[in-house]
Amino acid sequence: MNTAHHGLESEPEGTIQYLTFVCAGEEYGVEILCVQEIKGWEGVTRVPYTPPYLLGVMNLRGVIVPVIDLRLRFGLAQRAAGGSTVVIVVRVRDARGEKTAGIVVDAVSEVYSVAPDSIKPTPDVGSVADAACVRGLTTVESKMVMLLDIDRLVTSCIGAPERP
Amino acid sequence: MTLDLAQFHDTFFAESFEALDSMENALLKLSAGDADLELINTIFRVAHSIKGGAATFGFTDVTAFTHTLETLLDQLRGGKRRVDATLVDTLLRSGDLMRAMLVATQQKQPMDKVQVSALHAEIELILATPGDSPTVMVPALPAPARLVPEETRSGWRIHFIPGPKLLRHGNDPLRLLRELATLAPCEVRVDAKWIPPLSELDPEECRLSWRIEVNGPVKESAIKAVFDWVEGECDLKLEAFGPAADATVMVPALKIPETPEAAPPPIEASPAPRTNAASTQAAASAAAAAALPSAAAGDGGSIRVSIEKIDELLNSVGELVITQSVLSQLAAPLEGHDAEELRNALGQLERHMRNLQESVMRVRMLPISFVFNRFPRLVRDLGQRLGKKIELRLTGDTTELDKTVLEKIGDPLVHLVRNAIDHGIETPEVRLAAGKSAHGMIELSAYHKGGNVIVEVSDDGGGLRREKILAKARERGLVGADEELAEDRVFNLIFAPGFSTADVVSDVSGRGVGMDVVKRNINELGGYVQIHSSPGKGSMVRIRLPLTLAILDGQLARVGSEVYVVPIVSIVETIQVRAEQVNSLASRAEVFRLRDDYLPIVRLYELFGIEPQHTDLLDGLLMIVEADGKRVGLFVDELMSQQQVVIKSLETNFRPVVGLAGATMLGDGRVALILDVPGVMSRFQSLETRRSTAQQAA
Repeated sequence: MNTAHHGLESEPEGTIQYLTFVCAGEEYGVEILCVQEIKGWEGVTRVPYTPPYLLGVMNLRGVIVPVIDLRLRFGLAQRAAGGSTVVIVVRVRDARGEKTAGIVVDAVSEVYSVAPDSIKPTPDVGSVADAACVRGLTTVESKMVMLLDIDRLVTSCIGAPERP
Repeated sequence: MTLDLAQFHDTFFAESFEALDSMENALLKLSAGDADLELINTIFRVAHSIKGGAATFGFTDVTAFTHTLETLLDQLRGGKRRVDATLVDTLLRSGDLMRAMLVATQQKQPMDKVQVSALHAEIELILATPGDSPTVMVPALPAPARLVPEETRSGWRIHFIPGPKLLRHGNDPLRLLRELATLAPCEVRVDAKWIPPLSELDPEECRLSWRIEVNGPVKESAIKAVFDWVEGECDLKLEAFGPAADATVMVPALKIPETPEAAPPPIEASPAPRTNAASTQAAASAAAAAALPSAAAGDGGSIRVSIEKIDELLNSVGELVITQSVLSQLAAPLEGHDAEELRNALGQLERHMRNLQESVMRVRMLPISFVFNRFPRLVRDLGQRLGKKIELRLTGDTTELDKTVLEKIGDPLVHLVRNAIDHGIETPEVRLAAGKSAHGMIELSAYHKGGNVIVEVSDDGGGLRREKILAKARERGLVGADEELAEDRVFNLIFAPGFSTADVVSDVSGRGVGMDVVKRNINELGGYVQIHSSPGKGSMVRIRLPLTLAILDGQLARVGSEVYVVPIVSIVETIQVRAEQVNSLASRAEVFRLRDDYLPIVRLYELFGIEPQHTDLLDGLLMIVEADGKRVGLFVDELMSQQQVVIKSLETNFRPVVGLAGATMLGDGRVALILDVPGVMSRFQSLETRRSTAQQAA
C-alpha cells in the first residue's frame, strides 16, 4: 500500500492520517487512530427491530460487535459481498464511553496524511452522505475524498429508532 | 518529596471493610460465650490497623474514635475487663459506626457527628468505670504475667531506631511520634549521626533515630501499640524510669508475642495456678496454633483481580474452544495414519480446553459465606428486638456461586430470613406452650444439585397458615370464592404483589412488599423459588439458582436461516401441533388448545421479520414457553441441540433490544441471539394490539 507520500519530511502541524476506502465508486476517509483492525467479510447475524443498514452483529474474538453497511446507510443499493468486501473495525466514543463497531465497505484503498488547511467544508449538495457525518472534503492526487466523522456516524446508527 | 497518599485510599477502605467484617465475626463468636484471647486480639488488631491507616491518611475523626475504642479493647486484651453482653453490643455498634464513618469518608460525605460523639462518650464512660474482673482473678493467676515489670511507671525512655526499609513500607516515623505525644508529654531528640554524605544519601532510606522521653504514667502496652505497625522494622528499646521501676526491657525488633504480658482471659481460669512464664507461653502458643488453621481457611491466600480481566480471559478461552472445534471439523474427513494421530491429539486438546474453561469459570466463583456472614448479626439483632430466642445454623457455606449471582442473592435472602424471624419463629412463651424448645431455629443451607445451587431458608416456627392465606386471597379477588387450590399454589400466593396476612404491620415486615420482589429478583437470576410448610412445624423456602450468570442452558431453535437460543428454564414442552388443535379468535389471533388451556401462537418469523422455512403450523414445531405465569406457543422451524452457552452482552457495543437477553457464540463461531421470553411476549402483545387497531380502522 502506498502510504503517506505527502510531505513526509515536513508535515504541517495538526496533520492527521486517514485510512481511505471505496464505497459505490466514492472514496471516504476515516481517522486512522479510530481504526482497530480490518477483517475479511464473514457474515453477520441479523438483529430484529433494527434499521436495514444495521446489518447485524458479528463475533470479534468473543465480543459482540454491531456491523453497519455504509452503502445502505448512505441510501445506496446494497451489493452482494465480494472478494474485496471488508469490515473496518473502528473504536468510537459516545456519551457513555467507547464502543466498537464494524463498517462494511467495498474495498480498502490508501492511507493519506491530510493537513488541516487542506480540508474544505462539505457543500450542501452533491453528496449522498449525511452532511452531519462528514467532517469535510479534501483532494488527494486530484481525487475527492470525503472525511467521515466516524464517532457521529456510528453513534447515529446505533442509536437509530427501532424499526417496528 | 511528597507522596500522593490518595492512591492508597481504595486499598485502605477495601481492607478496612474486610477487617470490620472479621471484627464483627469475632464479636459474634464472643457474644456466643466463646471467650478466646485470639478473638479479642483479632478485634484489637482491626481497630488498631484502622486507626493507624486513618491517621496516616489524615482521617482524624476516624482516628480519634478508634483510639478510644482501642483503649477499651486493650483493657479487654489485658484481662482488666470482663466481656459481657452489653460490652459486646457496644463494640458491635462501634464497628457499625466505624464502617459508617469510613463510608462517609470514602464518599466525602459529612458524617453523623451526633452519633459519633454519643458513642464516643459511651465508651469513655465505660473506660471511666473500673473493670471488675481482675480483683477476683489475679490471685489465681499471679506471677507469670508479672514477670515483665510493673506496667505503669511515671515515665518511659524510648530508643527508636528505624530499619532502612521503614519509609519504603509506607510508615512515617513522625506519625508515630505524634501518636506517642497523645499519650503523655514527650521530649524528643533526634540522632542524625548516621546520615551519610549527600552523595551517598538515599532519600527513601531512614537513617535517623530518636530518643524519646515519655513523661507520664503510660502503660507499656500502650507504647508498644504505637509501634505495632513498624513491628519487625525497627529496633526499639524501652526503659521505664521513675519511682516504681529500675528494670530494663529490651525488645529486639518487637518480635516477642504479646501474650505473656497480657493476662490469660479470666474465663479460662486454670485449676492449678501457673508458676512460671514458660507454661503460660506454651499455653498461649498452643492456643495460637489452634487458632491458626481456622484463620488460614478464612482468608487462604488470595489476590485482587478486576472482573474485567477475568472476563477477558474467559473470552479468550471461548475463542480457543471455537478454534479447537474448527480444527476438529477440518480433521474429521482426513484419512490415513497421520490423520488418526492428529484426531487423537485434537481429542486431547479438547479435554484440556474443557478443563481450562472450567477453571476460568471457577475464578469467578466465590463461596456463599460472603452472603451468609451477615446473618449471625442480623438474626441476633432482630431476635433481640422482637424478644425471640433464635439460634442460627449455617451449613454448606463453602458452596461456590458466581460473583454476580452472589451479589444479587443477598437482599432476597435477608428478606426471607427477616420474614422467618418475624412471622415464622414464635415468642418463647408460645413455643414452650406448643411443646417446643424456647429457642427457635433458623437454618440457612446451600448445596449443589445437578448443575444448580440450592439455597434453603428454613425455620421451625409456626408454619404458613393455609386458611388465612386463602381467605386473604379470596378477599383480594386473587382466588375465586369457591375455588379450591392445591397446597403449593396456596403457598405461592404469598408471592403475589402486595400480599400480606400480617395482622399488624411492623417495621420488620408485614407490608406485603417483598415476597414478590424476592421472587422477581430470583427469577431474574434464572432461578426459582419453592415453599414448603407444615403447620406448627415450620416452613422452608428453597431457592434454585444457576451456578453462574455467564452460562445459560439453552435450546437451539432454527427459524429460516437464523438460529436462536431459548433458555431451557422458560420451556415447558415442545409439541407438533395438529390441525384440530388450532383455532382463530376474532378472525385474526391464533390460539391452540393444549389439554384444557388455550394458548396464543407466536410466529417468531413474523415477530422478528425473517424469512422462515415453514409458514404452515403443521410443518414446524411449537415450543410452549412460560414467563410471569403466562404461557404461549412459540412457532419455530425446527429444534436443534441443547447446549450450555456463554452469555454475551448486546449492550456493550450495541444497545439492549426488548425480546433479546443477549447473544452467544456457536461452535462454528457464528453469533446466535438469546431470546428473552418475557420480552418476546410483550413484543407479541404490542403486535396484536397494532393489528387489532388496524383491523378496526379498516
